[in-house]
Amino acid sequence: MQIHQYKSNGLNIILDVPGGSVHVVDEPVYEAVGILRENRDEDEVRRAFALKGISSEETEEVLGEIRELRQQGLLFSEEPYAPSVEAFAKRKTVVKALCLHVAHDCNLACRYCFAGEGEYHGRRAIMDYETGCRALDFLIANSGARHNLEVDFFGGEPLLNWETVKKLVAYGRSLEEKSGKHFRFTITTNGVLLNDEIMEFCNREMDNVVMSVDGRKEVHDRMRPFRKGSGSYDLIIPKFLKFAEQRRKLGLKYYVRGTYTRWNTDFAADVLHLADLGFDQISVEPVVAPPEMDYALREEDLPVLLEQYDILAKEMIRREKEGKGFNFFHFMIDLTGGPCVYKRLSGCGSGTEYLAVTPWGDFYPCHQFVGMEQFLLGNVRDGIVREDTVESFKRVNVYSKPACSSCFARFYCSGGCLANSWNFTGSINDVYEIGCALERKRVECAIMIKAALNE
Amino acid sequence: MKHIKTLNTKNLQETLKKGGCGECQTSCQSACKTSCTVGNQSCESRK
Repeated sequence: MQIHQYKSNGLNIILDVPGGSVHVVDEPVYEAVGILRENRDEDEVRRAFALKGISSEETEEVLGEIRELRQQGLLFSEEPYAPSVEAFAKRKTVVKALCLHVAHDCNLACRYCFAGEGEYHGRRAIMDYETGCRALDFLIANSGARHNLEVDFFGGEPLLNWETVKKLVAYGRSLEEKSGKHFRFTITTNGVLLNDEIMEFCNREMDNVVMSVDGRKEVHDRMRPFRKGSGSYDLIIPKFLKFAEQRRKLGLKYYVRGTYTRWNTDFAADVLHLADLGFDQISVEPVVAPPEMDYALREEDLPVLLEQYDILAKEMIRREKEGKGFNFFHFMIDLTGGPCVYKRLSGCGSGTEYLAVTPWGDFYPCHQFVGMEQFLLGNVRDGIVREDTVESFKRVNVYSKPACSSCFARFYCSGGCLANSWNFTGSINDVYEIGCALERKRVECAIMIKAALNE
Repeated sequence: MKHIKTLNTKNLQETLKKGGCGECQTSCQSACKTSCTVGNQSCESRK
């Protein structure tokens, strides 16, 4: 698909898919492009417009403008990427990011946890300092010429192993000058153990912090209870607000990040609740769950979920115009810059540029594959031992996934999440249909917001 | 133009010529841990 056109919030939007240009057009252009994209010629547009009583003067004006954009490569542009991306996929990759599972244990018992209450369907475990150091050594040794190295402290709940986190940050910093590298540390936390000392340390050392909260109290507490059943909302919200405020003042990145499930298909209210509380960097994502789970999203939920993104988008525009805007991660889109086409088409890098490390030092393609033994890639002592598996991840790109070739969103999602694909289809080279439908909607809304605010 | 307002004149084809430098962030290290979102990331080669 080379052209994507849609109507949203009273706007006619046309996206030149291969080139990335976006046009807001009037009704005649919208209709003319609809005819031309079906490989029908200008005379067919003339005939169709004559039947509608559109003057020939206006018809020629419309066709002239479309022709001009085509000549400039901004409409009906070519897609010459496949050979380059295939070649790019064969390049020698370096490791640039690790997800360090410093604790396979958790003080919450979130019902949708893909890690099975933090244990990843294995044993409870805590990463020791030595294992963490070897992971950072491995990252430096395998990062080639890459300057910025990303390390996310993840779990389970990483604050259950806070002393090790601090020591590993210090160890990483001690390697920077000698290696010429820079570590960007991040942490993802449920907030239960968050305190002033931890906030102060994170504000000094962490490039980004991700705070897990789902939205409204009843929604959050239903899915994110303590092990004994009581909700965690009241404990974490004041701490997250304080933390977010500190980071905002310091100009540091943070996100509150939530998950929506079948129990809150009206999730726009949760995003807005977080904004009303005072958070201005918000990410709320669809749950990824086996279809048999009662909270899993179903295909029949899609109309409601898609509408929620429309509701959210319109409300965000309203607030932005009133000077009370906030950022929703999944509506972020950079129409003028953004990543190069290689990045856009070659996927997230899991299994090649990005690895997850278990508490005992095993490597997996990403945090979502941890515990699936067929995806064990190696460990911090021996390095990568399953080059064949790494190779299979490396070769995944949008051109290796048949479903992506007809999807306009392929330049925005890069073929989607490999773990989702595996979980739902048994192949890393396929797609998760519900996730795709939601992603397409998010891209449409993101572009519409830009268009509406540009008016 | 009278009928068309172009929001951006992005030409992704141009980025093909430079090649991928690989300095950009990995997707899941930001704020998504369950879905792949790449289009919203920034290019770091300009820095």
